[in-house]
Amino acid sequence: MSTAIHLALKEIWRNRGRFLLFSMVVALITVLVLFIAALGEGLGSGNREYIEKLNADLIAYQDTARLSIAASRVDCTTRRAIRAVEGVSDVGPIGFSSASIPMGDRAEPQDVTLIGVEPGKPGEPPVVRGDGLLRSSADEVIIDRTVALMTRLRVGDPLVIRTTQGNEYEFYTLQVVGITDSRKYSIRPSVFVPIVTWDKIRPKATAEPGEDDPACNVIAVQLADPAQIDPMRQLLQARVSRIEAVDRQTAYESTPGYTEQQSTLATQNAFAILIGVLVIGGFFQIQTLQKVPQIGMLKAIGTPNSTVAVAAIIQIIAVTLVGIAIGGLATWGLALGLPPNIPIVFELRSGVTALVSLLLTGPIGGLVSIRYSLRVEPLTALGLGS
Amino acid sequence: MTTALEARLVVKEYPVGTGTVTAVDEASFSLQPGEFVALVGPSGSGKTTMLAILAALLTPTSGNIIIDGQELSQMSQKERTRFRRRKIGFTFQRNNLVSYLTALENVELLLRLNGEFNAAGKKRARDLLLLLGMEERMNSLPRQLSGGQQQRVAIARSLINQPTLVLADEPTASLDTERAFQVVETLAALVHKQNRAGIMVTHDLRMVEFADRIIHMLDGRVERIITPQDDLSCLADPGECRLIPDDVLGFGQPDV
Repeated sequence: MSTAIHLALKEIWRNRGRFLLFSMVVALITVLVLFIAALGEGLGSGNREYIEKLNADLIAYQDTARLSIAASRVDCTTRRAIRAVEGVSDVGPIGFSSASIPMGDRAEPQDVTLIGVEPGKPGEPPVVRGDGLLRSSADEVIIDRTVALMTRLRVGDPLVIRTTQGNEYEFYTLQVVGITDSRKYSIRPSVFVPIVTWDKIRPKATAEPGEDDPACNVIAVQLADPAQIDPMRQLLQARVSRIEAVDRQTAYESTPGYTEQQSTLATQNAFAILIGVLVIGGFFQIQTLQKVPQIGMLKAIGTPNSTVAVAAIIQIIAVTLVGIAIGGLATWGLALGLPPNIPIVFELRSGVTALVSLLLTGPIGGLVSIRYSLRVEPLTALGLGS
Repeated sequence: MTTALEARLVVKEYPVGTGTVTAVDEASFSLQPGEFVALVGPSGSGKTTMLAILAALLTPTSGNIIIDGQELSQMSQKERTRFRRRKIGFTFQRNNLVSYLTALENVELLLRLNGEFNAAGKKRARDLLLLLGMEERMNSLPRQLSGGQQQRVAIARSLINQPTLVLADEPTASLDTERAFQVVETLAALVHKQNRAGIMVTHDLRMVEFADRIIHMLDGRVERIITPQDDLSCLADPGECRLIPDDVLGFGQPDV
């Protein structure tokens, strides 16, 4: 073992330029894989974050909406009917629409998801600073952390929201009463307003009179016993007509394009790792082919096959490790410089999965060259073939 | 005195198509410790195949190779590898050295492989290189050494483990005349001085003057065994050779 380590490390050190160059290739693949993983996580979380963190056990849709929030409309009668089902502890209407925040003359308006919730009911996010919403019709807003970072607004500051009413932009000034953690939806940061306010300022094709109790997109349902999600889901659908209730995970996975987007990114990542396997395999195979006479000589003087194999494995692992370390550091450095609105999220689990996959690319890619070097015959040292 | 090497009626056949080709045909000879022998013959005479068999790299079709009292044919592949590392020293025609190890590290490699990389072993490696005039180039990589220097490092490596048998395959093939003479003279001198048995395969008949005996192979057979003092013209033209008396032949009678 010590001889194998000696041979492996001496070869790396005496050819450090070549090995470093190859580690840089591994580093670039690492950056690519980590960024794709982070993009997948960023886009995924940007699509699901609000629903994932929702303080509700079930989400009720209009039954014909096929779990599309945009297509779903649920009215007050339905909301009351859901609340009346035994085992339901609370319900809250949620409305989703798009809006933007003017950022001054020089900058583009920042698009946000405008979410209408009923104060104190499921759907309203917990605040990390300030207070919750007070009244259904108040001109109050809770902004999420990303909006706070982008606008530099603080609790008590006014926030101007721009929406389209008919053919015109309308501007609404709301007061920031609280700041919640990141709650993106539809890849946009979110602002939360009382449901009546939401109904008043949400974009409309034509001016509509506001209602005291407006229709919303979905109903967030809190259960008395959160362990009873499945039976309660069936009970709700049996008792309340024209709804489809699902848990949070089903809800965000049913977001149009979510699954396709995630599988596309997973495929890209798999291809990047496959490219890594092929590149590492190719490098070590070429190197092994160049070293055939030397390997033959080593075997002829009595070097065991195990020493040759272990030396090759050590080199593969060392090159891969150095490449991953450089790539990891480069990714970290690049990530520090990214603006907060770019959907890149470095999450521990997906990052570790990507790194472990990359670590395996070395040995897997090098298998062919290791096998090849094991088959080199010591007779080659004498110029004799098999 | 124990015989260092005995080759008894060694045959090596290769299957070719439906028949066989005999590369070595009932070759027999022996070597005593301290004896340096040149194995000569034209291309295709079976010299290198014979060397590979002596080095435990090839298994003969029949016959026996006994080195230091151990019969090679009884050994497994793993035992042969271990045997090579402990009992046989090698010098090759080319690709002799590990390209990324210095001269000293190349010599020490055998010590590492044999678990003898200790103070005594390290001193032996340095002393051998000093003896070979490599004191200035111990820390040079092979690419920084001339062909002759590389061969001297290879000779040092072949002797570092105090082997029973030292095998050299065309050690002068890539050297100019002056360096070739130096290398063979050094190899022969060390074999004699350290009481090893040495066999050198060579095409270059000028090199046989350093050998104690010359084994002449032709068409896979040991054609004759002569000394450098004998008429060597037969090596170039076998028809003109006279037979050598039995007492010069060592083990076995060449089949002529």
